[in-house]
Amino acid sequence: MSIFHLRGVHLKHCKNTANSIPERMPVPETVVIPMSMHIGAPAIPAVRAGEAVKVGQLIGEAAQGLSSPIYSGVSGTVKAIEEMVVSSGATIRTVVIETDGLQTVAETVAPPTVTSREEFLEAIRKSGIVGLGGAGFPTPVKLGAEVGRVDTIVVNGAECEPYITSDTRTMIDKSASVADGIALLMRFLQVERAIIGIEKNKPACIRAMKEAIASMNGVEVRVLPSVYPQGGEKVLVYHTTGRVIAEGKLPLDSGVIVINCTTLACIAEYIRTGMPLVEKCVTVDGSAVANPKNVIAPIGTRVTDLIEFCGGFSEMPRKILSGGPMMGVALTDLSMPVLKQTNAILAFGRREGTPPAETPCIQCGRCTEFCPFGLSPAEIAKAYRQKDGEALEKLKVNLCMECGCCSYVCPAKRNIVQQNKLAKGMLKTHQAAKSKENGGGR
Amino acid sequence: MDQSVLLVSHGPHVRSKNTTQRIMLDVLIALVPALIASVLIFGWRSLAVTAVCVLTCVVCEWLFERLCKRENTVADLSAAVTGVLLAFNLPVGIPLWQAAFGSLVAIVVVKQLFGGIGKNFANPAITARIVMLLSFAGSMSSFSAKSDAVSSATPLASMAAGEPLPSLLDLFLGRHGGSLGETCALAILLGGVYLLCRRVITWHTPVVFIGTVFVFTWLLGEDPLVHILTGGLMLGAFFMATDYSTTPSTKWGKVIFGVGCGLITVLIRVFGNYPEGVSFAILFMNILTPYISKWTRRKPFGGVKHE
Repeated sequence: MSIFHLRGVHLKHCKNTANSIPERMPVPETVVIPMSMHIGAPAIPAVRAGEAVKVGQLIGEAAQGLSSPIYSGVSGTVKAIEEMVVSSGATIRTVVIETDGLQTVAETVAPPTVTSREEFLEAIRKSGIVGLGGAGFPTPVKLGAEVGRVDTIVVNGAECEPYITSDTRTMIDKSASVADGIALLMRFLQVERAIIGIEKNKPACIRAMKEAIASMNGVEVRVLPSVYPQGGEKVLVYHTTGRVIAEGKLPLDSGVIVINCTTLACIAEYIRTGMPLVEKCVTVDGSAVANPKNVIAPIGTRVTDLIEFCGGFSEMPRKILSGGPMMGVALTDLSMPVLKQTNAILAFGRREGTPPAETPCIQCGRCTEFCPFGLSPAEIAKAYRQKDGEALEKLKVNLCMECGCCSYVCPAKRNIVQQNKLAKGMLKTHQAAKSKENGGGR
Repeated sequence: MDQSVLLVSHGPHVRSKNTTQRIMLDVLIALVPALIASVLIFGWRSLAVTAVCVLTCVVCEWLFERLCKRENTVADLSAAVTGVLLAFNLPVGIPLWQAAFGSLVAIVVVKQLFGGIGKNFANPAITARIVMLLSFAGSMSSFSAKSDAVSSATPLASMAAGEPLPSLLDLFLGRHGGSLGETCALAILLGGVYLLCRRVITWHTPVVFIGTVFVFTWLLGEDPLVHILTGGLMLGAFFMATDYSTTPSTKWGKVIFGVGCGLITVLIRVFGNYPEGVSFAILFMNILTPYISKWTRRKPFGGVKHE
C-alpha cells in the first residue's frame, strides 16, 4: 500500500436543507423525459404520441449494449415525442407527457421474483436504475462482474458537494432500504465485505447507518474527513480500502464495486415493490430560491415547476445548476427536466452566480498542492498552449477527475478545470493520431 | 421570465476568497515592521527611498502595460511589493535618481519584458539590485549612517576586514550598517511569521535557506549566529526566495532551492570577493528553478508509466 496523502479543499458545507424531510410535490401538468439520462446508447421510445401511460409503465426500451430502460413517473397522455437540446449540447429524443393527476399505477408493476444472481441482475436491468451519485452509469453493468472478482462493496455516502442533502436524507430516512440493498448485493454477488463511507460532517447519517447495519456481518461504516472531494470514486476507494485504482483501470480491477447509497435504496425498493426508478429526491437550494427544501419529483419534472413548488425565485436568477457548485452543470434553460441522476437544482443570484474575472497566473503552485491526484495544472496549461501532446501524456492530464479543487484555490481565478478538459481532448486526439501512425508503420 | 440572463459557465461555481491582490497586500503588510525599523535605525530618508522605489515601479508598470496595450495589473499590488523590496536592498544614502533607475530596471527589464507577473524567471528586485551594484558601485556600498548609534560599515564587511562586530543583540535589532530594510532581523521575522500564518509562504524555503547557512558557516569555523543575523539573509530568505514565479512551487523543490541558496551565499561570503552573496545566490537559483520544478514534480496518484 503506497502512502499517498490525497489533498483536497475545505469548503463551506452549506447543507441548509439537511433537516428538510423530502416533500412530494404535486404532479406537474407536463413532464419531459429525455431518452438518454445514462452513459451509453439512448433508450428507444416504446410509446407513441396520443397513447395513454400509467405510473411505472415502460416508455423507453433499453438499446443494445450499454443502455437503460426508462419508465414514466406519471399517468396521462403522451403529447409528443420530440427532439430536445439538453445542457450538454446534445440533441436527444424526448417523450413529453401531459399528466392527468390521477397517478394510476400500471398493471405491470409487481415485485420481481429473485432467487439467484441471474434473476437479481435481470431485475436490476429492468429497474431502470443508474448510478444516482451523478454519473448515470447503468447499474446492472457495474454489478455484472463475474463472481469472485469483487471482494468489497464500497457504499458512497460521502456527499461531499456543498448544498446537496438528498443522499443525507436517504441515509437518515431510508437507512433500512440502504442496508437491504447492501444485503442483496452481498447475497447475490457473493461479496463478504461492505464499507459505507460517510463524511464526518453528517453525524445523523453515521448514526442511522450504524444502527441499520448493526446486525449485519462484514458491514462497517467508515467516517471520512470532511475534505472535498471524498466522494470521488478513486478517493473514496483509497480512503475506505487503501487500494489505488491505477490509470485506465476500473474499481472492479481492484476488486471493488462502488455504489451510491441512494442507488442501493432504489434497488432494495424495486425488489420489494417492483416500482422502477420513476421519481427522485432533489435538493432545491441556492441564494435565488425562496424556500429551499428537498423535493420528491417525478423524473421529467421541469426545473421551473420544481422551483415554483419551492416558492419561486427570491431574486433574479443568474445561474442555475444541476448538481453541486463544484461539479454541477449550468443549465441553459428553465425548461430542462429533472433526470434520474439529478440530485440537486441550485439557483444563484447575481452575486453568487457571476464568476470572478481571470487574472494572470502567478505560478503560486496552489493548484498542484491541492489537487487530490497531484497533477500539475500550471504545466498542463503550458503544454496545452504549446499543443504539446507528448508533454500532456507525461503530465497525466487524463487522470483529472474535474473535481475543481484547482480552480477553487486559484488566487488568479483561472478556469483551470475547463482548460484541463480541453487538454484531455487534445491528448486523446494526439494519442489516436499516434496509434494510427504506429499501426500504419507495421 | 427573461431567460437571456441565465449564465452558463464551467464549474466550479464557488471560489475561494483568496486573490492575487490579497496575497500581495499580505506581503506589503508583512513588510511594514521592517519599514518602521528602518525609519528608527536610519531616519526618515529610508521612507523617502522606499516611496521613490514604489512610485517608480507602479508608474513604470502602468506606463509599460499602457504602451504595450496589455491588461493593466497595477491593482494587483505586485509592482508595489517589488518597489518596497528593492528599496529594502539599497543603502539609505542612495541618490534618489539611482533608486528610480533601479526600479525601472526591475519592472521594465526584468518583469515586463519577460511577459509581466508570473512570467519573469528572475526576481525583479534582486536583479535590479545587482544591476545597481555593478552600475553604481560607490553609492551602493557606502553605508553612511545618519544616527550615531549605527556604525557605517556592514558587519559582513567588518568581518572580512577583521574589525570588531556589534553585539548579537544589536545584530538582532538591526542597529548596524546595511541596506535599509535588511538589518532588523526581529522585524523581518515578525513579517515572516505573518506570511506563514496567512499561508502566503511555506516554511520550507526560509528554514532550509537559513539553516543551510547556519550549518555550513559552523562547519567552516565561522560564527553561525553572526552569519544568519547579518546581510540580506533574513530578508532574502523570507521575502525573495519565496517569490512564486521565480522559485519552485513543490515542497521538495523549495528544499533544494533553499539548500542551493544557502551554500552559494556562504561560498561567496567566505571565499568570494563580495562581502555579501544572498542576491547572487537567489538569482543563480532562479535560473535553476525550471529544472528543480521538473525534478521534483509530484507523481500523480494512480499514474502508470507506459512507453
